[in-house]
Amino acid sequence: MMTFFLSSVSLLMATGLAALFSRKGSLIAVAGCILAAILGLIPVLASLFTSAAFTLRIGWNVPFGAFSLEIDPLSAFFLLPVFLLSPLAALYGQAYLQNQGGHAKSWFFWNSLVASMAVLVAARNAVLFLVAWEIMSLCSFFLVVCEHRHAESRRAGWIYLVSTHLGTAFIVALFLLLGNSAHSFDFNEFIRSGIVSSPAATLLFFLSVVGFGTKAGFVPFHVWLPEAHPAAPSHVSALMSGVMIKMGIYGLVRTLTFFNAYPFSWAAVLIAVGALSGILGVLFAIAQHDVKRLLAYHSVENIGIITLGLGTGLLGTSLQLPFVAVIGFAGGLLHVLNHAVFKSLLFLGAGAVALRAGPRDMDRLGGLLKRMPRTGIAFFIGAAAIAGVPPLNGFVSELLIFYAGFDGIVAGSVPVVAATVAAVAALGLIGGLAVACFTKVFGIVFLGEPRSREAEQAHEADALMTVPMLVLASLCGIIALASPLILRVFKGILPGLTHLSAAECSFRLDRAAHTLEGFLAAAAAVIVMATALVWARRRLLSGRSQTVVVTWDCGYVKPSASMQYTSSSFAQPLVDLFGSILRTHKHLEAPAGHFPSIGSMRTHTADIFRRLLFDPLFAAVQHALIMGHFLQHGRIHLYVLYIALTLLILLAVKLQ
Amino acid sequence: MAFPMDSLLVCVVLIDLALLAVNRLVTLVRIAALQGVLIGGLSLYVGGADAASILTATASLVLKGIVFPFMLMRAMREASINREVEPYIGLNLSIIFGLALLALSLWLGFKLPLPVAAASTLIVPVALFTILAGLFLIVGRLKALTQIVGYLVLENGIYTFSLAISHQSSWIVELGILLDVFVAVFIMGVITYQINREFDHIDTNQLSDLKD
Repeated sequence: MMTFFLSSVSLLMATGLAALFSRKGSLIAVAGCILAAILGLIPVLASLFTSAAFTLRIGWNVPFGAFSLEIDPLSAFFLLPVFLLSPLAALYGQAYLQNQGGHAKSWFFWNSLVASMAVLVAARNAVLFLVAWEIMSLCSFFLVVCEHRHAESRRAGWIYLVSTHLGTAFIVALFLLLGNSAHSFDFNEFIRSGIVSSPAATLLFFLSVVGFGTKAGFVPFHVWLPEAHPAAPSHVSALMSGVMIKMGIYGLVRTLTFFNAYPFSWAAVLIAVGALSGILGVLFAIAQHDVKRLLAYHSVENIGIITLGLGTGLLGTSLQLPFVAVIGFAGGLLHVLNHAVFKSLLFLGAGAVALRAGPRDMDRLGGLLKRMPRTGIAFFIGAAAIAGVPPLNGFVSELLIFYAGFDGIVAGSVPVVAATVAAVAALGLIGGLAVACFTKVFGIVFLGEPRSREAEQAHEADALMTVPMLVLASLCGIIALASPLILRVFKGILPGLTHLSAAECSFRLDRAAHTLEGFLAAAAAVIVMATALVWARRRLLSGRSQTVVVTWDCGYVKPSASMQYTSSSFAQPLVDLFGSILRTHKHLEAPAGHFPSIGSMRTHTADIFRRLLFDPLFAAVQHALIMGHFLQHGRIHLYVLYIALTLLILLAVKLQ
Repeated sequence: MAFPMDSLLVCVVLIDLALLAVNRLVTLVRIAALQGVLIGGLSLYVGGADAASILTATASLVLKGIVFPFMLMRAMREASINREVEPYIGLNLSIIFGLALLALSLWLGFKLPLPVAAASTLIVPVALFTILAGLFLIVGRLKALTQIVGYLVLENGIYTFSLAISHQSSWIVELGILLDVFVAVFIMGVITYQINREFDHIDTNQLSDLKD
């Protein structure tokens, strides 16, 4: 089985290299990516369905390193989005980049990114993990600055590079501490060394939350997401948001398996982080006007939902509530897969819109459903899924987290009730706001009348771009329908996390699966009824005269596109409600006089964490470093003095 | 056995101090050469009579006593320069610094653990002091030529240090170091000449204007 995996990774690297040197390289690379994904899915599915673990250990001439790979069900579950989404996004990207003028060399970084993520998830040695982690960060940086001729892209790239490395610093510290206590850098040794909950373990947990949270996008470490995603090409945003940020979640979950027990405070921290990320993510999303920036904030929100699930699971484990533990983790992990599917679908849709209609600013789009029907329908399904509308996949995973949360509320003891009520309330608020936000996106972009000439002249994207979107859209439905089946996959994953036996896990999973089946039956009934209603409407209307008029034609003499809702005006009630958090800047030029001629309003919502936390922090660091600038004066003999003094002091200290 | 060796080592220390105190470049080069010869002789004394140690000692004597002074004198003639004017650190202050460095190296040298017992307890402190004196010349002096001499003195210190553990280190390593030093002095001599031709002086502090 590992042969398949290794050949998949080497195929990715080889075809990636071909993209660097050959002129037809991008085609080779995309074909390689697809083939590698098929090869890679074989061990992944085998491990998921049989709960087996496949291992491979090769010697490696790196200090403390070992080329130690293993595909257990947890790794396989995170490999699933890697191998599922990368070929679809690659197909799309091939067509997308062709319209953007090539960038053939970027496929090297694309394939390396996919390969590094695959190795990262399968790595069982801290050194190998960090190497893969670093390759992943660097490749994604190069993909973000793909359009490096724009200053905006370069700036976004630097922000991403700095934040990812700050996060990596925490992860390095985490593994050094773990390796120090286990006397080995093998993950299995970490588990065997049996780290019990103690202040030291809490430090490890803190390091992993900050380090992996930076990659995943926990508030307040999310600041790179709204910069990097709009700058990157759409298929890259799709892969980064759909798959790469989940590597942060994977790292966190994998770190959790190293511990023997979890204190209650950790669960509280995760629930708080999840609630904060989820609520702030969706709030900032509502206030945005750039589709891709909005989607980036939604990634923060969904990472928050995932973390709420994990936090609830942790809570159940720490207080011996098996059902809360099993279903909480299951909901969080299932949302990883779901978010990967619908978020990449939405990014691909946003890219198709940007390519065909031009502006990324929503207020210059509109009416695209009639011009780009396939993209529109796919985007609609993705939007409904991310907003948690039944019967799509986003609903299923959020339902599981709710289910675990309500079960915790019933449990009775005060801390559990407080934590689960917080989780459930946060999740409810997030869900409601997400619906509002995607109503806004879909309504402004796809419905109504075009607000600009570019939007008016938009036409449907190439088949290579729409087919991956439609595949992803159908996956949104398929995952939801198959969710009782998928839940059974978790019985191989959860024992390591919940410290319950496989039988205990599968008993609880079966209970949840039965509940889901009931919901799915209800959903099926609704679908049948809706289909019947549509059919009845057709039937009633057939044979009668129908007229098609422009949207907003109700009684106005001269309808114009500018009388429609804008993204600012649609979001205004919510933005005003949360004004104290969002701190939106309004530039209002109110119409004056009895016959007003000019009036305009613009809103702009900057990231408060960037403005109030990171900008001052980095300015202070820069200020401190500039004070040391006098040390660098260009006089070589003084540099020699520095070196000599350093060595002398080191020698003196050592001999002390 | 220790007596002639220790007196040689004391001479090396005195030469180090003298290097810090002179400002005539000719004298500087001459006493640096004298130090090289002394240390070469020391290595003959310590190393015994086998072919390898005689070979390295002879090579070191020839290079440090004849070849280097000759090359440096020529560079001096070509650059028509003979005095260190206005060093960063004055000559009297340099000697005081030198004494402080001597104290430091004695302290460090007696504390430094060695894999094998040295032929004399003085070797390590003297080697350290010579290294530090060479570094001091590089840091505290203005002319490129003085800095080259500082580099040579530094190398003398390292060579002395190797005497302390001479039974461990292979003669091929010694020869390699000598070759490195030879090439370095050769190149530095040429560069000094080029700097002088280009800028009409060899003051290194003005070269810092070249930084970006």
